[in-house]
Amino acid sequence: MSKIVFPAETLELVKKIIARYPEGKQKSAILPILHLAQAEWKWCSPEVMDYVGTLMSISPIEVYEVASFYTMFHLEPVGEHVIEYCRTGPCCLMGGVEVYDHLKKRLKINTGETTKDGKFTIKEVECLAACGWGPVFQIREKYYMHLTNEKVDQIIDELSK
Amino acid sequence: MKVTIDNITLEVEPGTTIMQAARMIGPEVAPPAMCYYEPLKGSGGKCRACLVKVTAGSEKDPRPMPKLVPACITAVQDGMIVENTVNEDVLETRKGIVEFLLLNHPLDCPVCDQAGECHLQDFSFEHGVSSTRTVEERNTFEPTDLGPNIQLHMNRCILCYRCVYTADQITDGRVHGVMNRGDHAEISTYIEKAIDNDFSGNVIDVCPVGALTDKTYRFKSRVWFSKPVDAHCECSKCSGKATIWYKGEEVIRVTGRKNMWGEVTDFICNGCRFDKKKTADWVIEGPTNVSRHSVISANKYGANLIKPAFPVLQAARDYKQINDDRDRSFVGIQPALPKSKKK
Amino acid sequence: MKILTEHIDVPNIDTIDVFMKHGGYSAVKKALKKMSPDEVTEEVKKSGLRGRGGAGFPMGMKWSFLAKPEGVPRYLVCNADESEPGTFKDHYLMWKSPHTLIEGMIVSSFALGANTSYIYVRGELMYVIAILEKAIQEAYDKGLLGKNILGSGYDLDLFVQPGGGAYICGEETALLESLEGKRGNPRNKPPFPAVKGLWQCPTVVNNVESIAATSWIVNNGGDAYAAIGVGRSTGTKLISASGHIKKPGVYEIPLGITVEDFIYSDEWCGGIRDGHKLKAVVAGGSSVPILPAELIITTAAGEKRLMTYESLSDGGFVSGTMLGSGGFVVMDETACIVHNTLTFAKFYHHESCGQCSPCREGTGWMDKVINRIEHGQGRIEDIDLLVDVAKKIEGNTICPLGDAAAWPVAAAIRHFRDEFEWHIEHPELATKPGAVFMRKGASWTK
Repeated sequence: MSKIVFPAETLELVKKIIARYPEGKQKSAILPILHLAQAEWKWCSPEVMDYVGTLMSISPIEVYEVASFYTMFHLEPVGEHVIEYCRTGPCCLMGGVEVYDHLKKRLKINTGETTKDGKFTIKEVECLAACGWGPVFQIREKYYMHLTNEKVDQIIDELSK
Repeated sequence: MKVTIDNITLEVEPGTTIMQAARMIGPEVAPPAMCYYEPLKGSGGKCRACLVKVTAGSEKDPRPMPKLVPACITAVQDGMIVENTVNEDVLETRKGIVEFLLLNHPLDCPVCDQAGECHLQDFSFEHGVSSTRTVEERNTFEPTDLGPNIQLHMNRCILCYRCVYTADQITDGRVHGVMNRGDHAEISTYIEKAIDNDFSGNVIDVCPVGALTDKTYRFKSRVWFSKPVDAHCECSKCSGKATIWYKGEEVIRVTGRKNMWGEVTDFICNGCRFDKKKTADWVIEGPTNVSRHSVISANKYGANLIKPAFPVLQAARDYKQINDDRDRSFVGIQPALPKSKKK
Repeated sequence: MKILTEHIDVPNIDTIDVFMKHGGYSAVKKALKKMSPDEVTEEVKKSGLRGRGGAGFPMGMKWSFLAKPEGVPRYLVCNADESEPGTFKDHYLMWKSPHTLIEGMIVSSFALGANTSYIYVRGELMYVIAILEKAIQEAYDKGLLGKNILGSGYDLDLFVQPGGGAYICGEETALLESLEGKRGNPRNKPPFPAVKGLWQCPTVVNNVESIAATSWIVNNGGDAYAAIGVGRSTGTKLISASGHIKKPGVYEIPLGITVEDFIYSDEWCGGIRDGHKLKAVVAGGSSVPILPAELIITTAAGEKRLMTYESLSDGGFVSGTMLGSGGFVVMDETACIVHNTLTFAKFYHHESCGQCSPCREGTGWMDKVINRIEHGQGRIEDIDLLVDVAKKIEGNTICPLGDAAAWPVAAAIRHFRDEFEWHIEHPELATKPGAVFMRKGASWTK
């Protein structure tokens, strides 16, 4: 991997984020910056987390502790598209289990795995606050709602192109 | 201000916690503490072992508190009335806490170096039940080395956070912490890394269980076969006041000195702990006072044993009852305390 | 009667010009130019508005607890970490009409004397964060945020903070820890945030819906708000309706309509999907007790149950439930209560922060036991074990997540014990896909 440094415009944004908090409270920027880092490098490797720590002048262990607490941060390499499906009650009532099974069959992988071509990773997540529009999964910031087997096929076809 | 704990009333300074007040009375009314550690700022409130019932909040507002409160972080109010060993709810809850702490804790006391000075052993012996209700698989982790001298058995950890506070407050730079969350939370350096600074060894002493152990002492002896002796040495880094542990003529271990609550009174440096393993390194002060009902005291130094504050007869009766499938009927008995000091 | 969602379907209501054309930001003008902070607080007190995040604590009272030492900054933090299963109202409101929240934030911050405020949004809602940030920029451009707002001399900076995926950060002290850049471990209380909150400064944490409602209260007066609703359940409430109903979605209801109306009226849920019957409802988000059809429509005393804090909790936990966050999950006779309880138990197991032992260990235990029952490995004594474990968690934890994990399990067994027993006694039937126990004589089997 090449040297881990944010591009100049992201570094500008980091500065702005840190300025949202009072002097000396720059650690508050850790979650926003980890999100930026994950957008940049796909996952939070120890090197990435160490770099994030230097941006806020905090020790690496403080970054590891925080990053491992929050489930959105991938601490292992992931595929190009991470499909995070909601497995909680309301989505299951709307037929989530069947749809997610279809998704797994379609991609020939289980939850937590990545397809051989590195295109897709499936992750199971808890409630995505879209219960009335379930079943739901999320790929990056985009929500896919009212899922059916056909819709899942369409989405996968689209992303496989 | 005045506080009453288990029907014993005493005067304390404002800001005193229920735990501190109870400890002033003595071990027979002091709630158990698995995460609270007085020398470490911010510790406590997590394990819930010390939950007690406040039957009157204060003189001014004598309403009972709706929930059980953690004694270790709840400040005493003037006129507060607290029930610990005399409250059935408290004892029942505590049974539950023991059960929770043991749920994912391995039954490996026979091969654990902490056995005999393990707070979880004491806690489950005093407050738990003798059978288990769980049939689930325990969560497991692989043991790891945190540098050459400290071993981590995450399986045994009860997530008291004491070692984290110690690293923050005693050492000059913490490299380990709590990763993940829920029952998968673990103590870790995340990437393989030695905990390496002059005071890192203290995490072993503060650990209430056998999660952090001294590799230089590993499998050397059961703790009750060794003899603790107070000793000191000239040290440029720490006070040099330690307890050294003999097996025969050999110094097999060096630890910090602990008070009757198992808390280290002087944190010692790694040089004293791991490297000074000869009698010649130390000036011997005399046998360590071993308190309470510790197995370490068994058949040793009769004269130096601190006698339990409650009558020996009662102690004998209690222990008998503990053997009789943990009957708790004795807890209502008022401990006979020296009346002079307390109001 | 709609207060928060009156204009939500107006095209481009998420832009400030359209929002202002429909009366938006008039509350800011009124509050900052014509009222004192105390007067705003007084109106909120009069309104009887209760915290919409789930606890239902009177908002004006919460505000009045805020410590105001000289020279110490105070903060308002909006809790938009909506993650309670069954609840998606804040998501909907911020997505459709971000300015509704921002207007409320300005008014509320003014009332509390906060010059910096944060909206803590769950990280999964990254697209909503983008919507909010754009709207905030618009507000700055119009002089509604920043220095000397509308010439009033009042300064306010407003920022959006993303979470990272943790339900527990919806607990206010965990949220503050998270906002300080730490793990979301709830704090022991006291001290409460009103005294020592964000960075140890006095802080108020309020839910999105509560804050959004303050603009209307400023415009129309607390009394007008209190005139809506029944008794101590004043105003309107956003209800997130999901499950086996004809029209899932977010509805703004005046508190006090009957549960029956809410489920069956075409104005709201539109009834149970065709050919099916109501079996059970989780009325206020996953953590509140589930109730069978009979008890959700009428109370044990035989009265029509209303959509109010009081009526839903009528009968205590024996025969009642809670309004909670308004996550209304409806189940018809095809729903397996054991499976649904398992998803909730898994949820709390997954979301426990792991700090205090009853919750850390107890949530995992309950998950494992229910998982066994669901998969045909249950023992009959497991049912009482679950009840006892739930009891030992409840009330003994640092934060309410322990209670939230214990209640749904205890309630499912309280009202659907025979369903658990059936799973244990007939594993070969119960583990078939789609298998559901039909209780003889229950209204939903007739």
